[in-house]
Amino acid sequence: MIHSLFLINNAGDIFLEKHWKSVISRSVCDYFFEAQEKAMEPDNVPPVIRTPHHYLINIYRDKIFFVSVIQTEVPPLFVIEFLHRVAEMFQDYFGDCSEVAIKDNVVIVYELLEEMLDNGFPLATESNILKELIKPPTILRSMVNSITGSSNVGETLPTGQLSTVPWRRAGVKYTNNEAYFDVVEEIDAILDKSGTTVFAEIQGVIDACVKLSGMPDLTLSFMNPRLLDDVSFHPCVRFKRWESERVLSFIPPDGNFRLMSYHVNAQNLVAIPVYVRQNISFFESGSSGRLDITLGPKQTMGKTVECVVVTVHMPKVVLNANLTATQGNYTYDPVTKILVWDIGKLNQQKLPNLKGSLSLQSGAPKPEENPSLNIDLKIQQLAISGLKVNRLDMYGEKYKPFKGVKYVTKAGNHGHFVVTNWKLHNILASPFYV
Amino acid sequence: MSSSSAFNDEKGGSSSVGEPEYGHDPASGGIFSSDYKRHDDLKEMLDSNKDSLKLEAMKRIVAMVARGKNASDLFPAVVKNVACKNIEVKKLVYVYLVRYAEEQQDLALLSISTFQRGLKDPNQLIRASALRVLSSIRVTIIVPIMMLAIKEAASDMSPYVRKTAAHAIPKLYSLDPEQKDQLIEVIEKLLADKTTLVAGSVVMAFEEVCPERIELIHKNYRKLCNLLIDVEEWGQVVIINMLTRYARTQFLNPNINESLLEEGGEKEFYASDDDEDDEEKKAEAAALAKRKPYVMDPDHRLLLRNTKPLLQSRNAAVVMAVAQLYFHLAPKAEVGVIAKALVRLLRSHSEVQYVVLQNVATMTIKRRGMFEPHLKSFYIRSTDPTQIKILKLEVLTNLASETNISTILREFQTYIKSMDKDFVAATIEAIGRCATNIGEVRDTCLNGLVQLLSNRDELVVAESVVVIKKLLQMQPEQHSEIIKHMAKLIDNIQVPMARASILWLIGEYCEHVPKIAPDVLRKMAKTFTNEEDIVKLQILNLAAKLYLTNSKQTKLLTQYVLNLAKYDQNYDIRDRARFIRQLIVPTDKSGALSKYAKKLFLALKPAPVLESPFKDRDHFQLGSLSHLLNTKAGGYQELPEWPDSAPDPSVRNVEVKDSVPEWSKCTSRKERKEKKVEKPFYSDSEGESGPTESADSESDSGSRSESDSEQTGSGSESEESVEESQSEEEEDEEEEKMKKKKKVDKSQPKKSESAESDQSSGEEQKKERKGVKQRRSGSESESEEESESESSESESGSEEDSESDTDTRKKKKTPASKPTAKDTKKESKKETKEISLLDLDDFAPTSSPQVTPVNNFLSSSLASDLEGLSLTDTVLAPTTIAPSASVRMYELLHRITGEGLGVEYCFNRQAFSPDPHMVAVQIHFTNNTSCETKNLHIEEPKLQSGMRIKEFPEIDMLPAGESVSVVMGIDFCDSTQAANFQLCTHTRKFFVSIQPPVGELMTPIFLTENEFKKEQGQLMGMNEISDKLTLGEKCQNDHSIIERVNATANLGRVPCGSDKDCRFAGKTVSSGSLVLVTVARKEGGGAQLTVNCEKMVIGTMLMKDILHALMQ
Repeated sequence: MIHSLFLINNAGDIFLEKHWKSVISRSVCDYFFEAQEKAMEPDNVPPVIRTPHHYLINIYRDKIFFVSVIQTEVPPLFVIEFLHRVAEMFQDYFGDCSEVAIKDNVVIVYELLEEMLDNGFPLATESNILKELIKPPTILRSMVNSITGSSNVGETLPTGQLSTVPWRRAGVKYTNNEAYFDVVEEIDAILDKSGTTVFAEIQGVIDACVKLSGMPDLTLSFMNPRLLDDVSFHPCVRFKRWESERVLSFIPPDGNFRLMSYHVNAQNLVAIPVYVRQNISFFESGSSGRLDITLGPKQTMGKTVECVVVTVHMPKVVLNANLTATQGNYTYDPVTKILVWDIGKLNQQKLPNLKGSLSLQSGAPKPEENPSLNIDLKIQQLAISGLKVNRLDMYGEKYKPFKGVKYVTKAGNHGHFVVTNWKLHNILASPFYV
Repeated sequence: MSSSSAFNDEKGGSSSVGEPEYGHDPASGGIFSSDYKRHDDLKEMLDSNKDSLKLEAMKRIVAMVARGKNASDLFPAVVKNVACKNIEVKKLVYVYLVRYAEEQQDLALLSISTFQRGLKDPNQLIRASALRVLSSIRVTIIVPIMMLAIKEAASDMSPYVRKTAAHAIPKLYSLDPEQKDQLIEVIEKLLADKTTLVAGSVVMAFEEVCPERIELIHKNYRKLCNLLIDVEEWGQVVIINMLTRYARTQFLNPNINESLLEEGGEKEFYASDDDEDDEEKKAEAAALAKRKPYVMDPDHRLLLRNTKPLLQSRNAAVVMAVAQLYFHLAPKAEVGVIAKALVRLLRSHSEVQYVVLQNVATMTIKRRGMFEPHLKSFYIRSTDPTQIKILKLEVLTNLASETNISTILREFQTYIKSMDKDFVAATIEAIGRCATNIGEVRDTCLNGLVQLLSNRDELVVAESVVVIKKLLQMQPEQHSEIIKHMAKLIDNIQVPMARASILWLIGEYCEHVPKIAPDVLRKMAKTFTNEEDIVKLQILNLAAKLYLTNSKQTKLLTQYVLNLAKYDQNYDIRDRARFIRQLIVPTDKSGALSKYAKKLFLALKPAPVLESPFKDRDHFQLGSLSHLLNTKAGGYQELPEWPDSAPDPSVRNVEVKDSVPEWSKCTSRKERKEKKVEKPFYSDSEGESGPTESADSESDSGSRSESDSEQTGSGSESEESVEESQSEEEEDEEEEKMKKKKKVDKSQPKKSESAESDQSSGEEQKKERKGVKQRRSGSESESEEESESESSESESGSEEDSESDTDTRKKKKTPASKPTAKDTKKESKKETKEISLLDLDDFAPTSSPQVTPVNNFLSSSLASDLEGLSLTDTVLAPTTIAPSASVRMYELLHRITGEGLGVEYCFNRQAFSPDPHMVAVQIHFTNNTSCETKNLHIEEPKLQSGMRIKEFPEIDMLPAGESVSVVMGIDFCDSTQAANFQLCTHTRKFFVSIQPPVGELMTPIFLTENEFKKEQGQLMGMNEISDKLTLGEKCQNDHSIIERVNATANLGRVPCGSDKDCRFAGKTVSSGSLVLVTVARKEGGGAQLTVNCEKMVIGTMLMKDILHALMQ
């Protein structure tokens, strides 16, 4: 299946190569570079590139291209999904998946890749198993290793691969047994100029951090499971239980993992937490324009809207912006033509407003399009869909765990918050009358 | 940390080459290359006694390998450390070894013995890792060692080792494709494995080595379906893709009736352009559907049911695999379930989106309704990469219909304002496609596009012109205004394609704009020399058309343009000018063609069809690389079309009859046990149906058999001694296995008891069959063990049967008489709630005359059986037709190639009474079609010289769904050459051939030990072949040796005094030459095999076959 893997940075250096079958010369990457050049932006590099003898399937992640070489038919998603899994594993091991981190840990990276694929077919992709095989580097361990000469490779062979629950390592022990669940929801909405919702949906995920000894068997139930329209699970979740009872029954992996992601079926009933009044206009003469944006809270269920950021992609002719904000700061990048207004907390009493003039390139015709606004915000203590966890039960172990299902906490290592991405499209009078 | 050291090393390494002190080093004169010097320090470190130094060195080396630097010169120093105690050093050495072994084959061989030792390690994980590395070393010399290791590992106790064996199969295959046949045997065996761990890997091996051998899946189909949910994600993808292909060959198209209905009602109602199927197909399907109403095969249903929950997987590849399975296999009404899951994937990484959108685009063409409710999910975000935008646009266009077109167009108009110009161009084209597909909005779209012509962006305008041109072609009369408008644009638009389009339009419809057209030509004549080539060609076109319609005004202009073109740099334009001049300008010697100039230039042009680039892509299996690229990728397996009539579904009933090679039989029991030990994780009791249910029933039956075994007596000692060598961690498994063994050993006596006590019909039948079985095994020195292993497997068959739907099974009438008999037996057994452990599959229909009338159709099928038999050669006594237990069936004619007629044959090892020099071949016909087959007979034998055939008497008629066995004789002249002939029915002829294994060319004779020795003495020298061998693990005792030799060759046992030797004697059928075989066992599992035979070729071949059988 996967023949070879090349890691390439933005500058076009191949900084790591690994072959699972016979060696393929790195000159095969020239085809990739060609495609990359053509695509201009990394986002637009086609994920599958055909070359005379091979197929290159690549992903772009954290400023690194993972380019895999394929020789025969294979489902492309199979490879793409696997490459993302590799990137996630690096993230898991080294904290981030950057070129520096990979170069710093090149031996561990190599050992990981060796274990993850056998002859190009995935062998062990569960982080629990891999961590038993190859211990992640920590400062303490590397110091101890350098003194004692011991190594990062597990002395004991992992038994996880042999068990029926390959995602969980055996013999887990904690003094404090805890299980935390974070419900994180995102609103994705498109509004038209008048503020009418064109499209809105809610996606959510439940991320878990489970540190429980032994082999606990957990059951998580919801107050209102019918809200969930479409779900996908970590392999540990028993499908049948969900289908018949709408409860999540699972033996959890050890540590952090994404238990489920879901989609809420709310059609257009999604509560949009803020409203926008905006007026951006360009004058025909004098090469200038005016901008006036005001934000206000709408349906926030009594919670505070935080971390509000408005981003506007200006037309090319806008040279500069001279604005005043009643709250927060704004920046305008004349190169990328992006205006960012960082508001922060949304004040109920005094609505934040950004107002001022735009200077345009002189002589250029006035832009015919009005820019669209993207709004990012965050509301704590609220799952916008109204999803509520009912209870968490544990079977199979005798101790009493500390359980926490938190919708609300200030973001720490694994924050509990609700993110709303809100995009606004402007629609002008159009040549179509349907 | 390792990294910093790695980089130091690199610097040190590269700099040392050029460093002067090395150059001046007296030791480096002449002989020593700088390469040698370069890694001196590393070599020292590797040679040191300290593990930490070795580790440091290895880390630096691996870092070099990772960066693509050549480190091959360190090979000898590294390979020495292959047996290092430190695990990390060892692992890194493995990494290095696998990377460079191919380049340094000889040195790599030094490490092999370490791995061979590892293969025998009591720890399963070490065994597995040894096999993994061994098989990754790409050195052709060790192919036999790898083969042996794989075979051994394939019957290992540990499922993890077996998984590794499955992984090793494609490696060996890519190294030496000639091993294919042997590897297929291993695959076949591993396919029978019942653990989830192995399933994914072995199917992967199957797909890489022998994807065409779809028949290997039959017996494992239901098991794979049931295990699927517990298999790891990557394995799921491979299995689902394979099962899709399998199902396409085995089941009927579930949409046959739907398309029929559609044709009757819906189709007429909407006479729209987006037909779902082409007419031809439908007519065919309709004809089929008329013949019989469609009932879904329960196995087909099983597959759909068991894959559905996987749509909820977090792994995009699994979701896509299930989606394509549903798209290709599910009834239309059920396909909808995949839409939601696919839409979910659109929130994943952009690469995932890219692939999913490609597939959705193909699906939307065939099944638009499926994604219509999710229309808004395909709306484009300003942040999407261009390639995603364009794909979404494609999907939106495909989804457009009368009802939603207004929403879609409104969405499109926002897209036109995008700053991404490629995307805008694609949007305009999409609008054009919507306009052609949906007549109601054509005018609206056209108006909109015309307004776009005043857009400031030239690209937008140009693209609009091109699209408008296509749209106008459909109804030009009504749009002369638009054409006029466009004619004005020619002054401003610079994009060549757009200019060319306008010119073409004016030329084509010059009659609608009679005043403007000549003026445009005048303008163009002025700028002719500065135009692009495509524009010039269109100017010539315009000139020619105007000349023909309006020669008065344009004659001079045309000639002017033609003259300009005559001296153009581009030869296409010069040619075109010459061509046009000859055609339109009348001269004295103008050819006959000029009369037709008008017809040539002013003919009605068909309107262009704007169609999706994703049309017809679905003949590639969705989700595959080939589909994505729209060309066949290497190793792509075509998705077969649905069969017209379903092949025999009974092939999926698990039974022992064939396909499982002898050497694997012994282990299948063990594996069954292991499955039980490894209780399926998802076997919760609350599942209402599907995989859970089956998992339950399986483990139930497991425990049932366990309790049974406890009641019965002691086990066999020989087996125990083997097992004692196993490691402690597998104690559980061992115990289970022993119990099973006991059970099996005792099952026969137990059987007869229960038969006495129980009056149920199933039992009676079984008793009957057992009787037959025992009789035969008595006469043929059939080994007990073999029949037992069969019984255990047939038991599993009945298990699986019970899962499938009883109703539908009853309805089925098609299966062949023999399978039917079996089915009914199982069924009747189930009805009486009798759980039997012994269920012998291979009873002959003829030998069970009294059947209890539980099932009517059973008796009827039996009756027809007898009817069939009455037609066979009268010379043959019924007993000769009974196939013996060890008989292996070979396929003569697959039921697909035979158009429903399936023919198998076996060597029944009976004397062929009409001619003693012939080998009796029993042929078993099964009619799987729905109509009867007549006049089955043989024609035109094409034989090697000396060969003869005694044909079986013609079979007048074989009714639908019935089967019949006949015996024919072939004199192979003691050679293994195939006998070729034609098998004829009243309609068709099939070329078939029968090739005998060498062991079937002989017949047993009885000799005493003395006679044997005397004969052997006369067959020395050239006539004796002898070889040493290591007996396979399962083949350490007399019992199994005899069994295996007997299975391989039709020889008689010679009684002998020594318990170390086994002797066999026989003579060849044709010439009567003696064949003597001796297996002398030695200490430590070795043995000496001697074959004495006058015919040396036969001797050699026999030697090889028996060796093979005994080594397993």
